[in-house]
Amino acid sequence: MRTPAGLCEISLTVNGKKKTVRTHAMERLLDVLRHHLGLTGAKEGCGEGECGSCSVLMNGQVVTSCLVPALQAQDATITTIEGLEADSQLHPLQRTFLECGGAQCGICTPGLIMAAVHLLNSHSRPTLEEIKEALAGNLCRCTGYTQICEAVAQAARDDHGK
Amino acid sequence: MSSGHLRPPLPGDRVSRRKTEPIVGMPVPRKEGRDKVTGRAQYIDDITLPGMLYGATVRSTVARGKIKKVTFAPNFPWQEFVIVSARDIPGANCVALIADDQPCLADGAVNHPEEPILLLAHANPHVLPKAIAAIAIEYQRLPAIFTMEESELGEEIIWGRDNTFKTYTIEKGDVDSLWAKADFVVKGEYTTGAQEQLYIENNGMIASFDRQCGITVWGSMQCPYYVHKALMKLFHLAEDKVRVVQTETGGAFGGKEEYPSMIACHAALLAMKSGKPVKIVYDRSEDMAATTKRHPSRTRHRTAVTREGKILGGEIEFVVDGGAYTTLSPVVLSRGTIHAAGPYFWPNIRIRARAVATNTPPHGAFRGFGAPQSLFAMERHMDRIAGTIGVSPVEIRRRNFLKPGQTTATEQTIHESIDLDKLLDRALALSKYDVRKRRFQQENQNSTRKKGIGLATFLHGAGFTGSGERSLSSLVGVEGRIDGKVRVLVSSTEFGQGTKTVLCQIAAEVLGLPYDSVEIAEADTEQVPNSGPTVASRTVMIVGKLVQSAALGIRQTLLASNDLRDSYSPAEFKAACAQYIAEHGDLKSFSRYEPPPNIFWDDEKYRGEAYAAYAWAIYIAEVTVDLTTYAASVDDFVALQEVGKVLHPVLARGQIVGGVAQGIGFALYEKVSWRDGRMQNAQMTNYIMPTSADLPLIRVYFEELGNQHGAFGAKGIGELPIDGPAPAVVNAVADALGMQFDSIPLLAEGIFEAVTSRSKKEEDARVLGVVR
Ligand code: FES
Ligand code: FES
Repeated sequence: MRTPAGLCEISLTVNGKKKTVRTHAMERLLDVLRHHLGLTGAKEGCGEGECGSCSVLMNGQVVTSCLVPALQAQDATITTIEGLEADSQLHPLQRTFLECGGAQCGICTPGLIMAAVHLLNSHSRPTLEEIKEALAGNLCRCTGYTQICEAVAQAARDDHGK
Repeated sequence: MSSGHLRPPLPGDRVSRRKTEPIVGMPVPRKEGRDKVTGRAQYIDDITLPGMLYGATVRSTVARGKIKKVTFAPNFPWQEFVIVSARDIPGANCVALIADDQPCLADGAVNHPEEPILLLAHANPHVLPKAIAAIAIEYQRLPAIFTMEESELGEEIIWGRDNTFKTYTIEKGDVDSLWAKADFVVKGEYTTGAQEQLYIENNGMIASFDRQCGITVWGSMQCPYYVHKALMKLFHLAEDKVRVVQTETGGAFGGKEEYPSMIACHAALLAMKSGKPVKIVYDRSEDMAATTKRHPSRTRHRTAVTREGKILGGEIEFVVDGGAYTTLSPVVLSRGTIHAAGPYFWPNIRIRARAVATNTPPHGAFRGFGAPQSLFAMERHMDRIAGTIGVSPVEIRRRNFLKPGQTTATEQTIHESIDLDKLLDRALALSKYDVRKRRFQQENQNSTRKKGIGLATFLHGAGFTGSGERSLSSLVGVEGRIDGKVRVLVSSTEFGQGTKTVLCQIAAEVLGLPYDSVEIAEADTEQVPNSGPTVASRTVMIVGKLVQSAALGIRQTLLASNDLRDSYSPAEFKAACAQYIAEHGDLKSFSRYEPPPNIFWDDEKYRGEAYAAYAWAIYIAEVTVDLTTYAASVDDFVALQEVGKVLHPVLARGQIVGGVAQGIGFALYEKVSWRDGRMQNAQMTNYIMPTSADLPLIRVYFEELGNQHGAFGAKGIGELPIDGPAPAVVNAVADALGMQFDSIPLLAEGIFEAVTSRSKKEEDARVLGVVR
């Protein structure tokens, strides 16, 4: 919706809460989250869809929020890293990333965890190859991915162990 | 009152403690881990200060020239902008480091593309690119040089008298008389390209200025006290008028050792002129194009070998491209020079090394710091020697391994009980080397997917080279608090390696307290002493040892004051701290680095104990080269190393895997394309680093021999893993295709060219009926 000052008003649901923000037409979902809503968990590593550090879930799909125009997020349901903890309990993937050494410098971690959440939502028991494929859009310079893959596999196993 | 504790712990010191589980060696949770997995960790770009402006940098578009004229486009609201030039610098216009030759802002002349000339700030970051585009800079261009060869030729002198930042010569024995005695003289030339650190968090800083308090800078960095020193010099301010605080840092790998000083200076200049806090955060392409990368290198080997494969001696010439200013090139060169001889015994050797100037942005620190370059050459050359005299790559190494009691190229006697033969046996078994090598040879004959296996054996010295640690003279503190918690006071920074965790483990172990009772102070120059830069694999070994001794000082202080008995519970410790603080004010113990006894190093001759300890490793890579795409990929990787005591198994393994991945990138993926001194592919879309789909699970193994120098027997670990992958992988590619490759990065086009030119030669030979 256009507003007088050349700003657009956008309504969306973020981590279960309804939000309305006024943004410039050119802004991206990443800016809406970081600047308007103060959700700085999603990071900007490249701004061109390559690194995946800005990954969030939008209507259940994992997207690089630096490539999503804010307008496209109208009425969308967004989940960010900040929305994963429930009653200050870590999400199983957050826990396994911690235990397995999946987070070193941590800058890629929110994006990787969101990509992994999406993977486990669709494949509850992924193979190693499926894990590697699913995370291939998220660059991590610190870990060499081995312990990240292990963290994802561990979370899948824990879930089944229940 | 502080109780200075300057004595390192002695073997006889009793550390009697409650019976607790050991903390050192256990996978305790990372101190800042929870913040990282929940997205709460605050990196510099996540922080906004009230009234903050955003800064940007106007950079040189030419490689070398004089600045003739700067024109600000008319009809542009310049009054809204803060504009800073070299004239606004209150002190010395340099980024203080080693030689102080790099200006903070170009003043009249530029020496490389992307050199900073002007700074702009505005409340709205979106208008900055337009403003930069509205400034026209006219140059009188000067001839520029872009390669080491042009620099060596000396037709154009762009730095000093001869384009040379630094030279070293190491001379052991008598090399000149060898050549006549040798059964074989093997020569080779090896080159490595620039490599971008590609931390996922771009560089960034926020600065604020206050006439009374001076400058405060927050940002992404490895070395708060380097930044502190640079700001003092640029602003001509006293020590206590400059405060530097590290924020959560999203990867560094050496890439945030030196350039953060530049950005901090820029942000602070804008803050001073505007009176407001200013944030400068680079975008990816600015970070890639303007900041430092790994030095490109060229190494020439000439080696005298016996028929049996014994190295008699040789000459190594090692050259690195330093870019336009000195920055860290002398020290990168130093480490590369000392590592150039690998883990082998050379009865005679001459190593000549130099760092030369070109009109590219200065190259700088990147994990390994010169060693990955010279070790790539050494390990490729070992395979060439093996091929020349007809022994296996395994055998040639076995016959020349350094053994305890023998001396390195700098004539340092190896006292560690390292047994490289045994290490090699284990690595060969783990990788099933012999079986696979035979199998690949058979299977390759009828396949377009050629498989190969290659190894690299190497070492990496921990800590600063030679007299470096002595001159750093690092200081570390440990503080006992009234609530019974202990704080470690260091300027050593966390950027993914686990600095915070490991240093807290050490203090907790020494004091017999639970890990949770120990925390680490923020790396803020106002709060912590200068424990030296977080570089050179020195944190665990050097700083860790100082933490150990400072923590012991707390314990001894409490024992001496009778506030504590020999064996105590955390509650008793807390009571003792409270009692002591009530009586004396505060409870702090400091420990300063003291060089181990009998360490000898000659900076002139480059001879002596180059490092207090070395880590040793054998890496084995298995690759496939697909002759339809000509791409090489790594299928299996065994990384076996001796790094002393492993203080934290998960973090240590993470260091190795991460380093190996970067090393594989260095070998097969990451190519900087240059044009006239400027990086052409400064984007993640065209500078390609490995993704999860490109890499196998890296298999990591440790051998723990212990070490007398580091905390609990630990040695350096951070850099070692990037030294070996490139040669191991390229040796494997060479094995797969039966041909030599001497340059990295080795991308598909490089393999294509080599294979097709070989096929063409074979075809020509066949047509001409040449008997081969
Ligand atoms: S910032 Fe969005 S993909 Fe890199
Ligand atoms: S943990 Fe540093 S980039 Fe992934």
